[in-house]
Amino acid sequence: MNNATTLLSRRQLDLVRIVWMLVTLVLALMTIFPLLWMLTISFKSQAEVFQPTFWPKAPSLKNFVYVLTEVPFLRYLFNSFVVSAAVTIIALWFHSMAGYALARLRFPGREAIFLAIFSTFLVSLPVIIVPLFIVVRSMGMLNSYAGLIVPAIFNAFGIFLLRQYYLALPRELEEAAIVDGASYWRIYWSVILPLSRPIIASLAILFFLANWNSFLWPLTATSDQSLWVVQVGIASFRSQYASSWNYIMAASTIVAAPMLLVFIVFQKQIMESIKTSGLK
Amino acid sequence: MLAGYLFVAPDFLGLLVFVGLPMLLALTMGFFDVNGFGQLSFVGLTNYQKMLADQVFWRCLGVTLTYMVLLVPSLYVSGLGLALLVQRSNRFNTVMRAMFFAPQMVSLVVIGLVWLLLSSDKVGLLPRLLAMVGITGISLLGSPNVALYTTLVVTVWFLMGFYMLIFIGGLQDIPREYYEAAEIDGAGRIQSFWNITLPLLRPTSFFVLLISLVASVAGSQAFDLIYVMTKGGPANATSVLIFYVYQQAFQYSAFGYAAAMASIVVVLLLLATAVLFLMTRGGRFNYE
Repeated sequence: MNNATTLLSRRQLDLVRIVWMLVTLVLALMTIFPLLWMLTISFKSQAEVFQPTFWPKAPSLKNFVYVLTEVPFLRYLFNSFVVSAAVTIIALWFHSMAGYALARLRFPGREAIFLAIFSTFLVSLPVIIVPLFIVVRSMGMLNSYAGLIVPAIFNAFGIFLLRQYYLALPRELEEAAIVDGASYWRIYWSVILPLSRPIIASLAILFFLANWNSFLWPLTATSDQSLWVVQVGIASFRSQYASSWNYIMAASTIVAAPMLLVFIVFQKQIMESIKTSGLK
Repeated sequence: MLAGYLFVAPDFLGLLVFVGLPMLLALTMGFFDVNGFGQLSFVGLTNYQKMLADQVFWRCLGVTLTYMVLLVPSLYVSGLGLALLVQRSNRFNTVMRAMFFAPQMVSLVVIGLVWLLLSSDKVGLLPRLLAMVGITGISLLGSPNVALYTTLVVTVWFLMGFYMLIFIGGLQDIPREYYEAAEIDGAGRIQSFWNITLPLLRPTSFFVLLISLVASVAGSQAFDLIYVMTKGGPANATSVLIFYVYQQAFQYSAFGYAAAMASIVVVLLLLATAVLFLMTRGGRFNYE
């Protein structure tokens, strides 16, 4: 009797688990469906765009070829890459220095400086876009790579996470170097930086991603088409080719694919760093 | 001692010029008129008076509040719901989490374009699906009564994976023993959820509510998606405040007026930051 009930409940438990997994799977498929739809449309002909069939009848790369040859799309991709890479490298360099100083060096006003930096934590670009535009214009940096790169470097999030990381590093390693008479720069360069490789790596992915995907600032800072990044490029592409959804989706796929590939390779690191950026 | 200042200087100066100064300007530029060369002339409260009399401003404020009131709870429920769904760490759930998070990898411009295609009147996939359940004749992005809800759905779809991860982080911090003890006492799953999960999730919940509140008022998704999908229309039905600010500045060159409206958003954000700072005792997220 006792045995029978446990057997039954185990079977029920399996059933619950299977239903649970099925619900999860259906929801997850619904979530990625729009992205799959984008992918499949980009292989379809224009006549097929609004047909409710998933697979293209005669898959072709024509749309991609068109986008890459008839529009300065390669130029946009190049600009996006240069800007994202430059911002990522400079930002990580600056943020790791600041984070190290705020966590480890003692100097008067340190807490006040940290407070000032922290106070910018929740300021998002849309609220300061108008004055930022005026500031950057008065510095003569509109329509230049500098104008795209420099304002994007500074954000409190990276400083904050690096500071947290350095607070948790054991002090002994540094102290040995101090006893040896190494300068702070030496300590930062040859002790602290190598120790921060894991966090620098995950922040590098996040920064590159954020800059590759950013739209509002490049839209505001550049009117010169040769400086457009890829997001601005496709947004204007859409008004030009309003009904050519096969081209628009092919362009979207080209823009989204590198980031989705990065995600497939580094998903563990990316999701882990987001998860812990929350409250820890 | 000097080393400390030198190490902080690049970031500190950069933040000062590209965040601090704009923030200060955002708060004060509203009292000025800005001409095409960036010269300011003091006009007192003129911009603020104009704002009070501007019907579109009130409309946009209303849209922003509706957007906020609907988005914040939707993100909380969907984020927590998904987190509970894939809470256990196993290979299946790892894949599922990645799928829920995947939209976050794609730029908002692309997201906007894809959903624009999906919701195309009559021929798009969504209107076809709605027609199958008997809902016809509505324009998902073209009708003033519906467009805001459509953009809200897209926003939740885009952001929920992020909040799911934050919640999973919070759930994993709750010691297993609490649940085991509750089970011994005969508590069911639903009881455990109300009596253990929710109370112990309070710090995470606070963080999520605050971040989603900021995102709903001033997040980049609120601008990018609306720029791509509706341009604020139809009839300003999806024009959130930050979008109207952008339009005033960059389409009508009314920089002073735009700044006056932005200052209201800045005040709201500074208040939110102050609350965050106080509640976490100076940004110490990881100390008990």
